[in-house]
Amino acid sequence: MVARMLKRIYLYIIFVFLYAPIVVLVVYSFNESKSRGHWGGFTLKWYLELFKDTEISRALYNTLMIAVLSAIIATVIGTAAAIGIHNMGRIKKAIVMNLTYLPVLNPDIVTGVSLMLLFVFTKAITQMGLGFFTMLLAHITFNIPYVILSVLPKLKQLNKHVYEAALDLGATPSYALWKVVIPEIMPGIITGLILAFTLSIDDFVISFFTTGSGVSNLSIYVYSMARRGVNPKINALSTIMFLTVLILLLIVNKRMSKDSSNVKEGAK
Amino acid sequence: MKRTWYSYPYIVWMAIFIVVPFLLLLFYSFTVSTDEGIKFTLDHIKRLWDPIYLMVLLRSINLAIICTVICLVIGYPVGLILASKEYSSKKVLALLFVIPMWINFLLRTYAWMTLLEKGGLVYTILEFLHIPNSQLLYTDQAVVLGMVYNFLPFMVLPIYSVLTKLDKSIVEAAEDLGANYITVLRRVIIPLSLPGVISGITMVFMPAVTTFIISRLLGGGHYILVGNLIEQQFMVVGDWNFGSAISFVLMVIILISMGVLRKYDEGHEGGAIW
Repeated sequence: MVARMLKRIYLYIIFVFLYAPIVVLVVYSFNESKSRGHWGGFTLKWYLELFKDTEISRALYNTLMIAVLSAIIATVIGTAAAIGIHNMGRIKKAIVMNLTYLPVLNPDIVTGVSLMLLFVFTKAITQMGLGFFTMLLAHITFNIPYVILSVLPKLKQLNKHVYEAALDLGATPSYALWKVVIPEIMPGIITGLILAFTLSIDDFVISFFTTGSGVSNLSIYVYSMARRGVNPKINALSTIMFLTVLILLLIVNKRMSKDSSNVKEGAK
Repeated sequence: MKRTWYSYPYIVWMAIFIVVPFLLLLFYSFTVSTDEGIKFTLDHIKRLWDPIYLMVLLRSINLAIICTVICLVIGYPVGLILASKEYSSKKVLALLFVIPMWINFLLRTYAWMTLLEKGGLVYTILEFLHIPNSQLLYTDQAVVLGMVYNFLPFMVLPIYSVLTKLDKSIVEAAEDLGANYITVLRRVIIPLSLPGVISGITMVFMPAVTTFIISRLLGGGHYILVGNLIEQQFMVVGDWNFGSAISFVLMVIILISMGVLRKYDEGHEGGAIW
């Protein structure tokens, strides 16, 4: 009994540690006074200012654009790559997989710096300065391995006779791929897509090194703002982001538990 | 399905955006441009042995080790408790653990700035309790706190997932054979959860040793870890050769330490992770 109490108290302390900063951000986003530690009354003015701030909305636009584009492109390239890798011989597969793990294991800062070297080095040829496009290329690069790693296990689970049966029944290889293989590995593809999207939204280090002056995403914006000094608009922004994440998670969770109960019903 | 050519776009992409940048990094690390052209040199690597830079490297490693140990000490019991819960509450609790991770980590670190600064909540509470606290923000402790806060889930989740997969009957067998809880923990549960512990250690140590945002925000502008040093060489000083050399050394250190840990892990598990 005592042990159970202790366990519970321990968990509560950890959760307080985890959530205290977030609660503080949310509470202070409604604080009238600009200085923290001082409660000046309830206000929504930081939210209003946030929506008027063109710099923030541009950063938000960049973040979402890059997240969507890089996730989609990485998913297409990564899924195709996974199908290819799955059919490779042993040695070739080992080489390609080690290459795939490199950006996953490498520290972000090294990946960011080396990509920056590439973009600056090739600038004379490509006429492409650091900016939105280089940041997009960098995000696609670090996203692809995660897509491959989510799709490959699904391909391993795939029963290869199903594909062969489709061919025996007269399907062309590409028709069988589209109608048999792709639907079977869809859960892996979706996981990869979501993973890529969230990684892209959360990234700071690689974006920081591969973007140029003027183009920033939300992380870079928060970084520069926090260094300049504390601004209550960040609190408002964090509150909105936290709520969005929370709602998204709840929806996903609900859908997933519904799916699993459907599966259980089907099994009966 | 002989469609290996499906992976060619990816291989070309990786050749351009992973292999070439890596070669460039090597090139910058080991060359110097003089009047007579570009020459091979080890000067940049040697420069890292200068006590000033060596101190930075050692300090980063030191803080990362402290952070990893704290995460392990705090995180292991969490994983243990979460794994022992009834199924329905287990899922909710694990989810509660993951939610903070979904918030941009800059925002989370920024939140700690709010808490720790003069007049912030923690500062006020300590003052109220008459605990001497001349300075909270911009110290070693603040940096370690920020690291632990950001990386704790990386320690808890692998341990938790290994422990949930643990065969309960082994624990019961040990108990039937007369072992008390401490013995079961020490001789059965902890050895069996080592793979989770090891992947937790790598997942905490690596970002901790390379971070430059946490040290910049919570450690203040004067605070230098190896990540800040690299950032400075590229963004402020403009010494790309030295910056590349530090990055290269950092990468080698991390890949070697991860390789060693994985090897150690294999000995216990009998199977490679990759």
